[in-house]
Amino acid sequence: MRELTYGQGINEALRIKMLENPDVLIFGEDVGFYGGCFGVTAGLFAEFGEKRVRDTPISEGAIIGAAVGAAAAGLRPIPELMFIDFLTVGMDQLVNQAAKMRYMFGGKITLPIVVRLPSGGGVRAAAQHSQSLEGWLTHVPGLKVVYPSNPQDAIGLMLTAIDDDNPVMYIENKTLYGVLGEVEDEVKPIPFGKANIKKEGNDVTIITYGKEVYYALKAAEILGKDGIDVEVIDLRSLYPLDKETIFNSIKKTHKAVIVSQEAKRGSYTGELAAIIAEEAFYECDAPIKRVGALNTPIPFSAELEDYVLPNEVDIIQAVKSLF
Amino acid sequence: MKISNESIIEMYTKMLKIRQFETRAMNLFAEGQIPGFVHLYIGEEAVATGACSNLKEDDYITSTHRGHGHIIAKGGDLNFMMAELFGRETGYCKGKGGSMHIADATKGILGANGIVGAGQNIAVGAGLAAQYKGTDQVCVCFFGDGATNQSTFHEGLNLASIWKLPVVFVCENNGYGISLSQAKHQSVTDISVRAVSYNIPGVTVDGNDVFAVYEAVGEAVVRARKGQGPSLIECKTYRWRGHFEGDPTTYRPAGELEQWKKKDPLPRMEKYVFENNVMTKEEVEKLKDDVDKMVEDAVNFALESKKPSMSSAVEDVYTDIVEEARLR
Repeated sequence: MRELTYGQGINEALRIKMLENPDVLIFGEDVGFYGGCFGVTAGLFAEFGEKRVRDTPISEGAIIGAAVGAAAAGLRPIPELMFIDFLTVGMDQLVNQAAKMRYMFGGKITLPIVVRLPSGGGVRAAAQHSQSLEGWLTHVPGLKVVYPSNPQDAIGLMLTAIDDDNPVMYIENKTLYGVLGEVEDEVKPIPFGKANIKKEGNDVTIITYGKEVYYALKAAEILGKDGIDVEVIDLRSLYPLDKETIFNSIKKTHKAVIVSQEAKRGSYTGELAAIIAEEAFYECDAPIKRVGALNTPIPFSAELEDYVLPNEVDIIQAVKSLF
Repeated sequence: MKISNESIIEMYTKMLKIRQFETRAMNLFAEGQIPGFVHLYIGEEAVATGACSNLKEDDYITSTHRGHGHIIAKGGDLNFMMAELFGRETGYCKGKGGSMHIADATKGILGANGIVGAGQNIAVGAGLAAQYKGTDQVCVCFFGDGATNQSTFHEGLNLASIWKLPVVFVCENNGYGISLSQAKHQSVTDISVRAVSYNIPGVTVDGNDVFAVYEAVGEAVVRARKGQGPSLIECKTYRWRGHFEGDPTTYRPAGELEQWKKKDPLPRMEKYVFENNVMTKEEVEKLKDDVDKMVEDAVNFALESKKPSMSSAVEDVYTDIVEEARLR
């Protein structure tokens, strides 16, 4: 075992696949010489050159659209949007083109694209650089959506994403880039649709992903001292979704708390709650609870942002309300 | 410009195929046999034909909502096209795309597109792939005057220009963005002047003159293949039909359509082939009959084809995931 940061994990996976497959290329704003706004592509420009690690103008529509065209013509592009918030500017290219072309064209076109999407709040970047928009993406048939919470998963999911023949939305949490974690010496791809049980428990299931995994584990530790034995599931892959792991856990605990950083209204957690209600209702002996951000844009001031975003206190309250 | 008689006949054949396919589609739509939206290319045949006659089978095109002409000009199969218009399982898209979404990756046709201006960046991506792999392929990106007001027009031309990508942007200026005349939707008259912003060549040609289009796009294709980057070719033309079939076209001034019909690209081509002894009257009559038969065969192919099976509704969303279909 060795230690890497989350950002280094992504970088390592990109490097492995670039060495392996000459059709893999990266492009986006400042990803080349500069190494990316968050340093994730550092060193790749020097190693692979400007042909394969390309700086683009500030042109999100062109970044995603060019990835669509390049993929349709046989490459495996990895475009980066500097912030997931900028997706709005390239949304047509993603939703009306990337996600739909294969289906509209009767399965006769393949679009192997990995869109890297730095996401989430907590960096005092205010309303246009802090959003959690996974619910927009999981809504769209034709896209796959993954969200690693730690360096090992960051590597494993990226290796799988680059080999996938479909558009994969690879969501990264900005506050995790510097977080260290243990990584196996021999890295392996992690298949999509396989959740990870981070902590086993018998009394309540917390279903979460990304940064909220850390809050959930913290909450579980505190709740454990109060005699509540929490199971924590890190979904890792939002679509495809590992329903089996979720349902097996609920069969055991009979209680579900779903946590994400999204504004709660219309969030992906709502979809998860609906799936549980439709398919595992009789296993639940308490209401399905959701924890998310308040339904506001993300405010700038540290005090306000910390208040708006969910944390372990909110999770503990949600869990306790079920007992 | 020297074009072989064989190439001229090929061009004329394509133009006739487009006109006849579209005329037949118009009638079938009016009879209620084709559902949905149909946007016809009648009157603009010289643009697609002139442009695509410079292309090889493995070159790319991106098309628009008014895409039938581009697809025929790039070698699309009439049977599969017509079957798609009818929503049959033998159609290009197995009945899932319809008129606005016909594609044929084997012929470099990266799709008609229901979003105005959306082909620009896709064409840039195809050009990037060609440049990246070191092939001499080019991508011709078709779009209308309306698309030149979308952000994608600027984004695509800018990126293609800085990366010197082998993309030829072919603007079909047919005078209208849906109901809005060009004078009302932009302050320039010649869209080609916008090429200045990207430091690329920009020319305006008579879009109803197939040879003018062929020559202008040909020069741009040569440039692109040599690695000298993109060009913008504006082809001034006119759509005879409405934006879509059923559009009452009340926004057109009286007499405008009639003026443009005098510039119909097909009789011009017919006159050319006679005057230059490319074909005899008998040969032209036979060609027209052959084309009519091809289109009739396509209609029959479509009508004889099965409707899609319900199980196909959940297929082709992903390469590897097929969700369960609804039980009924």
